[in-house]
Amino acid sequence: MVAAEKQILLSHSGIGKQYPGVQALSGVSLDLQPGEVHALVGENGAGKSTLSKIIAGLESPDAGGMVFKGASYAPSGKREAEEQGIRMVMQELNMIPTLSVAENIFLNRLPSRMGIINRNQLEEASRKVIHQVGLDTIQPATPVGALGVGQQQMVEIAAGLSQSCQLLILDEPTAALTDRERELLFKQIRRLKLEGVCVLYISHRMEEIKQISDRITILRDGVLQGTRNTSETETSEVIKLMVGRDLDEVFSSTQRQRGKCALRVDGLSRGNKVREASFELHKGEILGFAGMMGSGRTELMRLIFGADQKDSGNIYLDCSDLPIQIKSPKDAVLAGIALLTEDRKEQGLLLPLSISSNTPLARMEGVSRRGWINFPRQYSIAENFRKKLSIKCHSVNQHVKTLSGGNQQKVVMAKWLYRDAEILIFDEPTRGIDVGAKFEIYSLLEELAGQGRAIILVSSDMPELLAVSDRIAVMSNGLLTGIFNRGEWSEDKIMEAALSGYASEQAEGIEDGKQ
Amino acid sequence: MANNDYAKMTGNLKNLGKSSADYIGLLGVLLLEIIIFGTWQGTFFSGDTFFAIAADVPDTVIVAVGMTFVLIIAGIDLSVGSVLALSQAVLGYCMVAMGWPLAVAIPACLATGILCGSLNGAVSVRWALPSFIVTLGMLEIARGATYFVTQSRTIYIGQEIGKISDPIPLLGGISWPIIICLVTVIAGQLVLSRTVFGRYMIAIGTNEEAVRLSGINPAPIKFMVFVICGFCSALGGMIQASKMSSSSPNAGVGFELTVIAAVVIGGTSLMGGRGSVVKSFLGVLIVAVLNAGLAQVGAPEYAKRPVIGIVIVLAVILDSYRARKARVKA
Repeated sequence: MVAAEKQILLSHSGIGKQYPGVQALSGVSLDLQPGEVHALVGENGAGKSTLSKIIAGLESPDAGGMVFKGASYAPSGKREAEEQGIRMVMQELNMIPTLSVAENIFLNRLPSRMGIINRNQLEEASRKVIHQVGLDTIQPATPVGALGVGQQQMVEIAAGLSQSCQLLILDEPTAALTDRERELLFKQIRRLKLEGVCVLYISHRMEEIKQISDRITILRDGVLQGTRNTSETETSEVIKLMVGRDLDEVFSSTQRQRGKCALRVDGLSRGNKVREASFELHKGEILGFAGMMGSGRTELMRLIFGADQKDSGNIYLDCSDLPIQIKSPKDAVLAGIALLTEDRKEQGLLLPLSISSNTPLARMEGVSRRGWINFPRQYSIAENFRKKLSIKCHSVNQHVKTLSGGNQQKVVMAKWLYRDAEILIFDEPTRGIDVGAKFEIYSLLEELAGQGRAIILVSSDMPELLAVSDRIAVMSNGLLTGIFNRGEWSEDKIMEAALSGYASEQAEGIEDGKQ
Repeated sequence: MANNDYAKMTGNLKNLGKSSADYIGLLGVLLLEIIIFGTWQGTFFSGDTFFAIAADVPDTVIVAVGMTFVLIIAGIDLSVGSVLALSQAVLGYCMVAMGWPLAVAIPACLATGILCGSLNGAVSVRWALPSFIVTLGMLEIARGATYFVTQSRTIYIGQEIGKISDPIPLLGGISWPIIICLVTVIAGQLVLSRTVFGRYMIAIGTNEEAVRLSGINPAPIKFMVFVICGFCSALGGMIQASKMSSSSPNAGVGFELTVIAAVVIGGTSLMGGRGSVVKSFLGVLIVAVLNAGLAQVGAPEYAKRPVIGIVIVLAVILDSYRARKARVKA
């Protein structure tokens, strides 16, 4: 009995949390043991972040309670949780870019005398902390904003590790890390484990979870699906629990009929970001675009859409020999081109407005007469798309801000489907979206292509490109280095093409890749 | 089908309920003011007070409508006071120095406001400058032009303009400025909440890049908003001139802050994307009643201004609190 109690650091019983319109968590009971790495997995919106925020004192549960080291635990805020030894490193960067690395690490406990910061002590202490995570190349006095995203993430993790704690929550810590940085992180996690610290590790990356965790807890739609010992569990089983269905069932790689030319791009260039890109896009085709981050794919799409101005090159529509002039997104939209941007929150949506206000934005003439909005019509159009795309919301009057990432993406899609664009460019449509919504988006892409629309899919998710595309174009360092037909491609060939542009101008290429 | 119609109806009803709940807070403040001043000073409840306030507010309300639009697109117009002065100076000059009839002078006055607004809009849109800077420039330019046109002296226009502000016999104490003011508020609110133009304004104020990438050119919309604000300033200038039967070179000094304060009390966000014309109207009324009440209870100037200042800040605190609560509920 006594021994069993010792084994539990923090236990949850029946934790529930409701947000407007969503039951984020219900009846979650979970035990965390000292000295274990406990992975928490689930689709986006499954409740991982909510659960970890509750543990870290950032949110309070509506139902259930927690017991920490044998005593009831209900932190009123982050500070109280930290005092008890529970600490969380957030997924988003929470540092002040203009302050130095050292100042950020010690922000809440700057060594000072009479309000004056002791620089030497600060530098020494922070040097020790960043050495721990192997960041010896970073000077403590460097402003955080001058570091790359991966290094910033490491500094943030270092800050979390620098204070003693008994439970450390890491929310997607490796999202921006290089392999080497990740190894350093794992080394630290193993050290903490030996010291008896429990690490709650939230991640999407199954290989990592396999590598580092002792146990895995799976959440789906706010409900606990089970806890497994990592060593005894197959990845496929975990995915099945996350998604609630088998992966293989979803993909259908039916060959579509390729139609006439819809868009021809000839020698499009802008600076050294996009250099002499030429390709053809056909009706009823999904043309994938592969490449490294910063290889110029997004920039090329923005040129086609008129969001940026091209230096040279031409764009032709519908097999025409006459180039069309696209000087602004307005021209592109009038020509039947739609761009679903990579950053949907910043560039695609009006977050504080309702679904029904967002849906017709690109085609207000459809819901208005002589400038006056027809509200019932707007409502019924939004309602139609809600049903068609199965947007999860309690009403189309709901603000887009309150929707999950996948549903926000569907609202962006509704906007362009209502515009009835013939050429749809999707830039990373499934980034940050849960698996379920991903498959819905894939089947929608296939449906659109089946209707004879021309589709470009820019994606960094290779399995996604291989599954959905009819052809895959590869960009590398601003150059279009290859176009492969289905059946002719292999991951090796695509990767080779994705790297080939950097070979001749290695230095420049590396710089591009960073951005 | 029936189900669908029902959903639509309840959706609309819910919206209606939500927006009227928005007004209740401001109406409550207004009522509270009236009760406080009424019990403090018995004479506060009188036709005189009512007509004094009714005569006082139309110019402020009209300019507040223009300002609400500008704030909604995440801009600001600091030049409204100067543009108001310049437009009324042009009005006075046309009538007195040129001897033009009212029917020609009023269009000239309004055209002046439109011109100033066009300049504000064109410069800030063309060079993507913050409207704070551009309209700060216009504040000085229009004031200088006012001094030039009036030769820094008040132009007495006389009864021809003054009679515009007289009560209309058939309508009791109602005068043209009150009618114009109410029409502006109603028209402004309809444009904002019912038209595509209004939707674009809110959209631009919320996220201009998203609007641009939806294939809409924000430039003409932003330009028009500044034109409308200039026009409203001129209309306010004309009404003020009729109230005084003259054009003063110092008309509207500091007016921009009065107007912005009223609009902000009405809950319009300085960050753009959120605002209501009717609520700006209520904001103006809250300040006007406060001013009238403080004057009636004999509060000295040094007490009046801090009280108004406190009300402005309290109103915004209340609004942000209410908005947060509404968000949680939604």
